[in-house]
Amino acid sequence: MKVLMFGWEFPPHISGGLGTACFGLTKELSKLDVEITFVVPKLKGELSDAPVRLVGAKDILNSGKIDNTQNHVANTASSHLLKYIKINSSLRPYQNVEEYKNYVETIKGEDGSLQVKQNKSNLIDFSGDYGPDLMSEVVRYSWAGRELAQKEQFDVIHAHEWMTFLAGIEAKKISNKPLVVHIHATEFDRSGENPNRDIYHLEKYGMEMADKVIAVSKRTKNIIVHKYNIDPDKIEVVYNAVEKDDLSQITQLGRARASREKIVLFLGRITMQKGPEYFLEAASNVLTQMPDVRFVMAGSGDMARKMVEKMATLRMVDRFHFTGFLKAPERERLFAMSDLYIMPSVSEPFGITPLEAMKHGIPVIVSKQSGIAEILDNVVKVDFWDVPKLSQSIIDILNRPHLTDSMRENNRRTLESISWEHSACHVIDLYNQVIRL
Amino acid sequence: MNPILCFYFQVHQPFRLNREFTFFEIGSQTPERYEDEDENRLIMKKIAKNCYLPMNALLLSLLKKSEGKFKISFSISGMALEQFSLYAPEVLTSFQELVATGQVEILAETYYHSLASIYSPQEFFEQVNLHREAIKKYFNVFPTTFRNTELIYNNNIASMAQHLGFDLILAEGTDKNLLGQSPNFLYRPEGCGRIKLLTKNFNFSDDIAFRFSNKNWSEYPLTSQKYLTWLENTSRMKKADVINLFMDYETFGEHQNITTGIFDFFEEFIFTVSKSGKWDFKTPAEVAKLLEVKGTLSTPETSSWADSERDLSAWTGNTMQQAATEFVYSLEKLAKNSHDPKLIHLWRKLLSSDHTYYLSTKGSSDGDVHHYFSPYASPHDAFIIYSNILNDFKITLENQ
Repeated sequence: MKVLMFGWEFPPHISGGLGTACFGLTKELSKLDVEITFVVPKLKGELSDAPVRLVGAKDILNSGKIDNTQNHVANTASSHLLKYIKINSSLRPYQNVEEYKNYVETIKGEDGSLQVKQNKSNLIDFSGDYGPDLMSEVVRYSWAGRELAQKEQFDVIHAHEWMTFLAGIEAKKISNKPLVVHIHATEFDRSGENPNRDIYHLEKYGMEMADKVIAVSKRTKNIIVHKYNIDPDKIEVVYNAVEKDDLSQITQLGRARASREKIVLFLGRITMQKGPEYFLEAASNVLTQMPDVRFVMAGSGDMARKMVEKMATLRMVDRFHFTGFLKAPERERLFAMSDLYIMPSVSEPFGITPLEAMKHGIPVIVSKQSGIAEILDNVVKVDFWDVPKLSQSIIDILNRPHLTDSMRENNRRTLESISWEHSACHVIDLYNQVIRL
Repeated sequence: MNPILCFYFQVHQPFRLNREFTFFEIGSQTPERYEDEDENRLIMKKIAKNCYLPMNALLLSLLKKSEGKFKISFSISGMALEQFSLYAPEVLTSFQELVATGQVEILAETYYHSLASIYSPQEFFEQVNLHREAIKKYFNVFPTTFRNTELIYNNNIASMAQHLGFDLILAEGTDKNLLGQSPNFLYRPEGCGRIKLLTKNFNFSDDIAFRFSNKNWSEYPLTSQKYLTWLENTSRMKKADVINLFMDYETFGEHQNITTGIFDFFEEFIFTVSKSGKWDFKTPAEVAKLLEVKGTLSTPETSSWADSERDLSAWTGNTMQQAATEFVYSLEKLAKNSHDPKLIHLWRKLLSSDHTYYLSTKGSSDGDVHHYFSPYASPHDAFIIYSNILNDFKITLENQ
């Protein structure tokens, strides 16, 4: 079976769950003999951290024409894919309209044109500059769908996240092949009760035009049914999972700790959706009773500055630390140093990071308003707004090693039952269903 | 007697921190990693080349040619003196040559260019004494005029300066200080019986220090003739006893690049003034001895020469600045109880006003100035780095 998949760059290049999910899913799909032509947006001239080395590829001409490239990739990250195609685009995951505008400002050349400096890269380009705003770039990206549908062979189209939906729809129109759209988050998760109308309509349109919709949790499915009016029978819940091939390396890392002080960790995008302010408030409460604990907020995002200021206002300068965005090795190092992981998300469609924490044997506290709460038993779950309960739970866990030990054991068992392999099988069933329709 | 022109130039360089000091280094107890030596060295050499050396040379020649009539003053922070020794000893030599003419007064300040006058009077006294020792050591003079960090001033500070034995203190000529009176006279601070007060004429000072090369300024370009005419009008109409031209020394060649013509302007100005015979150049100490005290000024609320507010907000205006200041001063006991001179010295360097200056989140033109001086990408980055280093320092102190 061949799949044309519109996705997002794999770790370590990407920031966040989207790339991780794409990597995990495609890896297992390809083990099950699914051949994936994987399409990502990438800026011309942008360096890739993931060592994608092209074997036998031709350089692409980049003015208006698509050169039919044979992008056979030879590297550990993408070698499971049949093809890895990069589309010259300024789309990035998780950007809202405002962030996209700022991003585009930073990549403008001196003459005001949106071009990163030339580099020997293997990008498919098509005419026109990057869209000055998010919507027009999404539309521009959809032309890639049109072009690729004409050139590539596939049985089904799989589009991850709303920004790729138009491309998926174009591909479907040209090829007449079925379309599966994959909802990793909805606009309501990202923007609370103030969804961007254009994005909402695009999400809805994508789900209506698709043959099947994948939601990463029941929680997400509920939102889709009630806020987007999609028929529940069309929606399939396929949970995300976590990469487990590196488990042996983690046990070797051990518990590297420089100080005796306990470390409580928040790791994720520092944005409204993730509830960072609740973490800070809980930290402030905990410190009044346990002054020797350190709290760490790792990541970056549109609320980072505000959180730094809030930390100052709460006078936690000697107990609360910001690391900025961390790449994988430092993330792993931080997990190895931590005693407790908190995910106080306001609205989390799934939430892969707690699973990463669990791999390190760290107890977790997750918000009830998350998809992952559905599949975790024996884990402390707290309403995101319930700071007193969150604070108390932190104190309890840090003070009771027995509690921690049993949590660690439970988590280990839970991890065994969660795998990308399960998710991949589920997705393949779905592919078969839509192909037969 | 002619009206007086009184020059005071401020010389300071902070020890900039290592921006690579990440969270992961907290607990490593590595004070040797707190400062960015390479950057400090580079900047010192650059400013020496653009400003200190050429302007010192110009001043030396003007002083010598003036037959003893041209007078100026400097205040040089302990931080600057240390960096001269480390990175550009020829600069120290050139300042010593200036002082040797006998026409250059050296003022006193806090050695570490800090806000200790506000947060720790005990520390303030110690820093001023350390500075006086350094000045004695390098210039063989004993300062009698005091200027606090960034001209931070209030009645209490004047009082402390008098207690320390100074005859004169300098301040910014803000409306808050003057309350309608003119900066162009000698005053007495409220509550003080002996020490006197000179206030900066910020209009005339900033014409040179800030506006000189601004093409959008209605008076651009500033010529020495034009400037002198303004000074004379003021003297004539409002009857000035002294016009106090106080500014950052880096005005000459650094903030105002040589291509703006600032050196030529200054040389011509001094020459024209000397030729006119209508003005006398005096050092601040001389002014205090020569003039009558015109009246008393009271400044209960602190003023400074920084930002448009000319108060403490450049260092304490936002929550990050307040939190960082509280944290660093909270380490005073720990640092001093270590009895380790290196650690105490390090703690004091972390008190330099610059560190909190970089945390300011002010916008518009004040923000531009903060940003110009800051080696950091943003005030929040500055806060995180400063906090990382303070945390490691605290752990270092606790493990003594």
